[in-house]
Amino acid sequence: MKTRVRVKKDFTMSLFAVLLGMLAGALLMLVTGSNPIENFYYLFRGGLMNIERIGNTLATATPLIFAGLSVAFAFKTGLFNIGGAGQMLIGGLCATAIGLTFSWPKPILLTVIVLASLFGGALWGALPGVLKARFNVHEVVSTIMMNWIAYWSVFYIVPQYFKGPFLETESQRIPEAASLKIPWLTSLFSGSYINLGIFLAVVCVVIISIILERTTLGYELKAVGYNRDAASAAGINVNRNIVLSMAIAGALAGLGGATFYVGFASNMQIGVLPSQGFDGIAVALLGANSPWGALAAAIFFGLLHTGKGFMSAMTVTPPEISDTIIATIIYFAATSVLIERNWNRIKQYSPVALYKKVRPGGVDSTAGGEQ
Amino acid sequence: MNNIVEMRDIRKEFPGVVACDDITFQVKKGEIHALLGENGAGKSTLMNILFGLYQPDQGDIYLRGEKANIANPNIANDLGIGMVHQHFKLVHNFTVTENIILGLEPTRHFMINKKTASARIAELSKRYSLNVNPDSIISDVSVGMQQRVEILKMLYRDAEILIFDEPTAVLTPQEVRELMKIMRGLIDEGKTIILITHKLREIMAIASRCTVIRRGSVVGTVNVADTTEEKLAEMMVGRTVLFDVEKGEGKPGKEMLQIEKLTVEGTGGGHGLKDFSLTVRCGEILGLAGVDGNGQSELVEAIIGLRRANDGRVLIGGQNVTALSVRDRIQIGMAHIPEDRHKHGLILDYTVQENLILKNYFTEPFSRKGILDWNYIYGHAERVIRDFDIRAGEGAHATARSLSGGNQQKAIVGREIDGNPDLLVAVQPTRGLDVGAIEYIHKRLVEQRDQGKAVLLISLELDEILDLSDRIAVIFNGELVGIVNVDDADENMIGLMMAGGKKEVSA
Repeated sequence: MKTRVRVKKDFTMSLFAVLLGMLAGALLMLVTGSNPIENFYYLFRGGLMNIERIGNTLATATPLIFAGLSVAFAFKTGLFNIGGAGQMLIGGLCATAIGLTFSWPKPILLTVIVLASLFGGALWGALPGVLKARFNVHEVVSTIMMNWIAYWSVFYIVPQYFKGPFLETESQRIPEAASLKIPWLTSLFSGSYINLGIFLAVVCVVIISIILERTTLGYELKAVGYNRDAASAAGINVNRNIVLSMAIAGALAGLGGATFYVGFASNMQIGVLPSQGFDGIAVALLGANSPWGALAAAIFFGLLHTGKGFMSAMTVTPPEISDTIIATIIYFAATSVLIERNWNRIKQYSPVALYKKVRPGGVDSTAGGEQ
Repeated sequence: MNNIVEMRDIRKEFPGVVACDDITFQVKKGEIHALLGENGAGKSTLMNILFGLYQPDQGDIYLRGEKANIANPNIANDLGIGMVHQHFKLVHNFTVTENIILGLEPTRHFMINKKTASARIAELSKRYSLNVNPDSIISDVSVGMQQRVEILKMLYRDAEILIFDEPTAVLTPQEVRELMKIMRGLIDEGKTIILITHKLREIMAIASRCTVIRRGSVVGTVNVADTTEEKLAEMMVGRTVLFDVEKGEGKPGKEMLQIEKLTVEGTGGGHGLKDFSLTVRCGEILGLAGVDGNGQSELVEAIIGLRRANDGRVLIGGQNVTALSVRDRIQIGMAHIPEDRHKHGLILDYTVQENLILKNYFTEPFSRKGILDWNYIYGHAERVIRDFDIRAGEGAHATARSLSGGNQQKAIVGREIDGNPDLLVAVQPTRGLDVGAIEYIHKRLVEQRDQGKAVLLISLELDEILDLSDRIAVIFNGELVGIVNVDDADENMIGLMMAGGKKEVSA
C-alpha cells in the first residue's frame, strides 16, 4: 500500500521533470527561431513513425536499460557506480573476443558471449567493491579509474589481437553467428538494429526487481544501503554486501556492453568510452532508481536519441537541441528532489491556501485570543 | 514590571507540527525559572527562539519591558542573553581563555591580547567561585569543568539572562551539587537563570518557579515551594505517573554473560577498556553506571561483536564468543537495544514490518531459500505491534522514520525481546523518551529478568540504574570501579564511584 503511494509519487515527479525539460527545450527552439510543435512532432515521429524506427528506438534503449539498471541497483544499496562505461567496455571486449575467436553454433556461442560479458563486467565492478570494503576507497574514484583502465586495455588489445582489415582503430566485424541480431527479429522490424538484447534487458529488469523486493539478498543489500551502521549491528556482513552489490551492478553494465558491441554494433572501436555508461546515471535518476522506472526512462531516452536525426533532417533545428532537452530533463529530474522537499511549501502558496489565510475567521484571527 | 523576560503568544510551526502553540512565558529578574516538559514538548524550540536561533511565526518578546527583535544569537548576546547548550561548543585543543574569547578577541596592533582576557577570566572565575584555570587546555579538563567554561563564556559576555539546556545530563551527582551551588551564586550576583530540564528532583532542589509545557502549550506556571514532584509530573504528562518500578526479589541463576579481563582500544582518544571483568547472571539486571565516555560504548561494541578485543574474553552462555561475528552472537541468544536508535537500531527508510525482521529475516518462516514471505512477515509485524503497543499511523507499512521516538524505541524493544534472547544488552533504553514510554520499557526489562533472562543495563541516568538493577557496577576511565548490591547502594556512594573513587568489591 505504502509502496504504491511512493511509486505513484515518483512517477509524477519524473513526469514533471520530463515536461519541464521539454518545455525548456521548446523555449530554446523558440529562441533559435524554429517552431517547437513542429520540432517535437518530427522528434517523436523520428523515433516511432514505422516499425523499423521503433526497432531502432528499442535497440538504442537496450544498452541504456542495462546501464541505468546498473546505476539504480548500486544506488539502492548505497553505492554510486560511475564505472558503467568501463564495465560496458570490458563486457563488450569479452563478447567480441569470444565472437572473433570461436566458431561454435550460434546458440552456444551466444550463451558463452552473454556469460563472458556478464562475468567480465562483474569483475570490473567487484574490484572497486573490494577496494571499498577493504581499504575504504571511495567507489566514485575507483570506478572512474577503472573506466580508464578499461579504455586503455581496449586501446591495446583490439589493434593487437583483433585488428580489422582496413582500420587500425577498430576490430574486425564479428561473424553473424556471434551477433545478438537474429534474422527473424531483424526482418520483423524491417531491418532495424533491434536484437536479442532487448529481451535480455527485460529479463534483467524482472530479475533485479525480484531480487530487490522479494529476496533476503535484496533486503540485506538495501539495509546496507540505507543504514550501514544498523545493518552491521544487526549482524549483516556489510563488506560482503558492498562487493556483491558492485559485482551485480558491474555484471549488468557488462551485459549492456555485449548488447551494444555485438548487438547494436558489429565491431569495437578504440578510443571511445561508451556514453551510455554515463547516460545510465541519468536513466536511473529519471527512473527514480527503480528497475521498471529505469526501463521506461531508457526507452524514452532511446526515443529522443533515435528521433533527433529525423528532426534535424526535416527542420532547421540542429540535433544538439535534442541532446539539450535530454540534459534539461536530467537537470529537472535531479532537482525534483528539491521540488519534492518543498512540496508542502509550494502547496502553502497555492491560491486555495492563500485564500484560507486571509479569509476572516481563518488562522490569524484564532491566534492570540485567549490568555 | 519586574519581568526581565516576557515572551507573549509565541507560535512556531514546523511542517506537520506546532512546536509552540501561543506560549506565554514570563521570567522575573533574579529567579531560577525551570522550564519543564517531555522531549518534543517545545521547550527547546521556545528557548531557541529566545536565543535568536529561530524566528517565531507570531508573538513578541519583551526584555526588561522593552520589545526586542532577536534576529540572531549575536543580537541575543548583545541583549545579555547567554545559553549553555546541552552539547558544549568548545574547541578541544584551545585553552580555556582562547575558547572564551573566541569571536570577540581583544586585539592590540592586530595581535590578540590574551593577557588582559586571561586576567579578566581569572577574576570572573574567582568572583563566581568557578575554580577554572584560564590556561588549561579543554581536552585536559573534566566535563564538569568544561561546563563551567561555558558558564564563564556567558559571564565574559556580560550575560544577565542565562539559559541552561539540560545541564546535568553529563554530570555525576557530586558535580550536579557543585553546579547548583554555582547557580545559586549567580543568582546572588543578580543574574537570572532559565533552566531547561525534565528532571523533577533538580527543579525541586533549586528552582523558584516552574513553567510546564506539554505538546507546545503552557500547562501552567507554579511556585516550586507550593508543589510536589508528583504534581509536576502529572502536569508534564497529563496523567498520574508511577514512579517506582514494581519489582520483586530477583532469583539470579547461572552466569549468562562473562567478561574476562577485557582490554579494548578506545575511539579517537577515548578511554577504551582496561582489564575489565564483569559477570551477568540469568534472572538479574546488572546496571552499569558511569559518566558518559568512560568506556561504555567500547564495552557494548565488544560484547555485541562490533569491536575487536585486544585482550581478554567474552563468554555468552559459557561459550567463548570473542572471535565470533555479530550474527553468530545473536544466534547464540544475544539481543541488543542500542544507545542510538537511529544510527544502530533502525533502518529509518524501511517499514516497521521490515525493521521487525532485521535480525532474523534469513531464518524460516520469514524466508525460505532466500525468498521473503511477506504474508508471514506482515502477520508477525501485526502481532509485535499489538503486543508492544507500537503506535504507527499505517501500522506495519509505516516507515520507521514516521514514528515518534517512543514508538521507534518500542519497535526496537519489541524486536529484541520477541526474539526470546537469553541475554539482553540494553543501552540507554529510555533516552529521550517521555515518562509514559519510560514506564513501559522499564516494565518490560523487569519482565525479562523475571523470566530468567540476563539483562545488562547501561545507562547514564543514575535513577534508572538504581530503580531497575539488582546489582550495580560502576565504570570509570575504562576500568571497573566496583560492584555493589542495589540494597547497599545509595546515590552518594555510586556518585563517588562514578568519579573514580574506589570501593571495595562487595558483591
